[in-house]
Amino acid sequence: MIGAVEVTPAWYLVLGAALFSIGTFGLLIRRNPLVMFMCIELMLNAVTLTFVTFSRMVRDTGGLSIVVFVLVVAAAEVVVGLAIIVALLRKRPGATADDVAILEG
Amino acid sequence: MLDAVWLIPALPLAGFVILLVAGKRLGEPAAGWLATVMCAGSFAASVVVYVGLLGEDEEGRQFTQTLFEWVPAGGLRVDIGFLADPLSITMALFVTGVSALIHMYAIGYMHGDADFSKFFVYMNLFVFSMLMLVLGSNLLVTFLGWEGVGACSYWLISFWFSSEANATAGKKAFITNRVGDWGFLLAMLLAFATVGTLNYEGLFASVPTIAPVTATAIGLLLFLGAVGKSAQIPLYIWLPDAMAGPTPVSALIHAATMVTAGVFLMTRVNPILGAGYDWVPDVIAWVGVITAFVAATIAIAQNDIKKVLAYSTVSQLGYMFLAVGVGAYVAAIFHMIAHAFFKALLFLGAGSVIHGMDGEQDMRRMGGLRKFMPLTAVTFMVGWLAIAGVPPFAGFWSKDDILLFAWGSGGADGKVLWAIGLVTALLTGYYMSRQVFMVFFGEPRWRDAEAAGVGEAEPALVGSGGASGGAITPGAAGDAGEATVATHPGTAVGSHGPTSEHAEPHESPWIMTTPLVVLSILSIVGGVINLPFNERVDFLEDFLHPVLGVNEAEIAVSTTAKVALAAVAIGAGLVGIALASVVYLRRRVRAAEPKVLAHAWYYDEEVTAFMGGPGRKSFDAIAWFDAHIIDGAVNGVATVVRGLGGRLRPVQSGFVRSYALGVTVGVVAVLGYFITRVSF
Amino acid sequence: MIELIVFAVAGAACLAGAIGVVASSNPVHAALSLVGTLFGIAVLFVAQEANFLAAVQVIVYAGAIVVLFLFVIMLLGVDRTDNLRVEPLGGGQRVTAAVVALGVLGLVLATLASTDWEATGVVGEFDETVPDINQLGEALFTRYLYAFEITSILLVVAVVGAVLLARRVRREEEIVDPGQAERQAEITERIARAEARAAHTDGARDGAAADDAEAEPATEPAPAQEVGS
Repeated sequence: MIGAVEVTPAWYLVLGAALFSIGTFGLLIRRNPLVMFMCIELMLNAVTLTFVTFSRMVRDTGGLSIVVFVLVVAAAEVVVGLAIIVALLRKRPGATADDVAILEG
Repeated sequence: MLDAVWLIPALPLAGFVILLVAGKRLGEPAAGWLATVMCAGSFAASVVVYVGLLGEDEEGRQFTQTLFEWVPAGGLRVDIGFLADPLSITMALFVTGVSALIHMYAIGYMHGDADFSKFFVYMNLFVFSMLMLVLGSNLLVTFLGWEGVGACSYWLISFWFSSEANATAGKKAFITNRVGDWGFLLAMLLAFATVGTLNYEGLFASVPTIAPVTATAIGLLLFLGAVGKSAQIPLYIWLPDAMAGPTPVSALIHAATMVTAGVFLMTRVNPILGAGYDWVPDVIAWVGVITAFVAATIAIAQNDIKKVLAYSTVSQLGYMFLAVGVGAYVAAIFHMIAHAFFKALLFLGAGSVIHGMDGEQDMRRMGGLRKFMPLTAVTFMVGWLAIAGVPPFAGFWSKDDILLFAWGSGGADGKVLWAIGLVTALLTGYYMSRQVFMVFFGEPRWRDAEAAGVGEAEPALVGSGGASGGAITPGAAGDAGEATVATHPGTAVGSHGPTSEHAEPHESPWIMTTPLVVLSILSIVGGVINLPFNERVDFLEDFLHPVLGVNEAEIAVSTTAKVALAAVAIGAGLVGIALASVVYLRRRVRAAEPKVLAHAWYYDEEVTAFMGGPGRKSFDAIAWFDAHIIDGAVNGVATVVRGLGGRLRPVQSGFVRSYALGVTVGVVAVLGYFITRVSF
Repeated sequence: MIELIVFAVAGAACLAGAIGVVASSNPVHAALSLVGTLFGIAVLFVAQEANFLAAVQVIVYAGAIVVLFLFVIMLLGVDRTDNLRVEPLGGGQRVTAAVVALGVLGLVLATLASTDWEATGVVGEFDETVPDINQLGEALFTRYLYAFEITSILLVVAVVGAVLLARRVRREEEIVDPGQAERQAEITERIARAEARAAHTDGARDGAAADDAEAEPATEPAPAQEVGS
């Protein structure tokens, strides 16, 4: 039966990798800055999942601590990032990531 | 006494420097006398060193004086040094002696020329270079002198360079010499590469260890240099054209000294020639004898008084190379000395004639001059008899020696060489007599030319042997006066009065006739330095023995055979003289001067055509190669870079997402690389 | 058994949410999909006995960050839909991005496979009887205290920065460079002086031309030269 299959920590790692790759794909594909940001959050979450899994596998609380810090930093990052996006989109409503090309750099 | 060696070249060098700085101020004739005195002083120094050498016994007759180290470059150490041994002192003696006489002559010849002092600047520099050539203790100092005489020859040939033809003649001489110099350079490189030194002492000491191939190569390359400098086939074409220079130049450089440098070089390196293959001397001998014969054939059809002497010089040089080729080095040197005397005499005499005829050089317009220029005539005839090989004049002894060694040098080859040499001797007698009869005997044709008017429409190039003869043979414009301008744009000869009419030919001043007299005396008695009668009187052979000893050929010819051969040689000369008298003096037989000989077998034209046609095509091809392929490669690199840059430019689009993509691709690649290396 | 079901459901939620974020043309839909993912992650945290973190995840991430996202979306009216059919950078972008994403996935899988799906390494002291929050607290406040304090500073900085960046600037409140006034005055003065000089010579020339109205043409070049020099 299905119950014979055991969920090893490796499965979590695979799931984390899948989430990370989906996040990468989205980051490279989407033009809307907010959606790009969300993809970054996706990647960060994949990383935190991986850390927690490793923490359990290696039996060290270091992984959990890192997750806390990642959370905090992600929050700060989102705050500042969205502030920037707000400032930007106020000047140019409807700006996308491609419009940076106007800078010709 | 031997320490005075350095004085020999130093005095002409001092003369050169003084005249260079203060020549114009010294002016005429002080500049000329200064130059002459320097040459005479050099001669005195040579005598001193000669006496010093005589004081040594035979083995010790070699003195090297090193002034300073010239090239200290790694393995190559070359000094400015002088080697005073019998050969070099012999050369120095007659070079300085004849130079002093010619300098004195030139004071009179160049009288009135605007560039009087410049002439003597070049002349002294020439004498200095020639002495460096002769006295050098290594190949590089010799080459220094070699190039120096070439440069001075160029300057002096084109001394009156305002006429284009003169300038061209100078260039032709220099460039043709260059071909030979290339051979000399290669020989030096080869010598250094195999032996490691350019010193004569070192070279000759290592001769036993040189491979025959190397010795042959060095010998042949040096021979190539000699061919260029001494005007042998195929590089003789510059010498007839070099007659565009003033006559003292022709006498000094192109008769007595510079052209003999090639023979000297061959004699100097005789150990190397001896160490090569057996056919090397044969090559030299055949080149020499063919040149002698061909030049003699050309000389019989020339109408310019100097051209005849030029081809005669080429022919006599051929004799000297024949001597070198059969191993008769002493005979070659002997003939060189005798030739210096009588050829310089003949040239100076020709100059005197030209001077007396107000610049006329075409023999067809001369005649009967012996009444007007008796001293010149007598001395010229002495030179004539000497070159024709009439005993007891100097030329007979030396030429006879050469023919004797040719006969005795083994096998049928020797006989053929002798035969060709004999025919050449006949031709020599013929063309020289022709010259003497046309110039000094017969009716005074210049009077007829004057009476018949000066507008002759005769094509002037026939008898000049080449396209560049226009300046040398007056008559291009048909006007003797213009001809004067063409040959002497200075005033050297034009100072004799209005140019459109001839004054009567007159004898030259004492300053020009004295050297003629001295040289004629030397031509008469010069034979005594190496008489063949017995061991006691061949001074030259004895003297040169330490330098040449081993390689001097020994021939086994009985005395009767020697006498017979001598008689045959004299006979050939006399037959030539007789033939010429029949044709030109008594006018019994029509003169045979075929056009092909007058044009020097069209050799000059062939060279010009080759250079203009296939030569030019190959030059153009090389230029095309350089412009398109080499430059194309360089420009192609630039074009490729620019193209690549153009292709790569769109990568920087300004789109953040494509940059991000690039970054991510890189990250994946790097990570993949490391993970695969670490994990698997 | 239960773990399997939990994993399957939570995992499906995560993946569905992730795909939703990437594939939604409407940003609001994307934000909501993100919430789904975050909840899935939180469940997975619980399954791995990191209860505290699960709670924090929900509170901070889903409760604060996503809400912030939605605020901004609504505030700026960026709820217009992206046109996902068009890719202005060309098709190569999408293909390469897909390849890269698969590459990342492949890398991780390869690494895992090379270690036989087991983790090796440090075996730390992990007391299973103590609740995870105690252990986490102990670690945070003793071993990682330094980093903890710094993150608090980080938060303050972030807040200040956000306030500064996002405020609406009133026109009169333009930031003035203190030295700018002086520099501006100097420039204005220089221009005035130059104009005065030009006017002076102009006046001289006009005056001269007016004086000798019948002046020869020769004098004409002279003033022109003066001005030119």
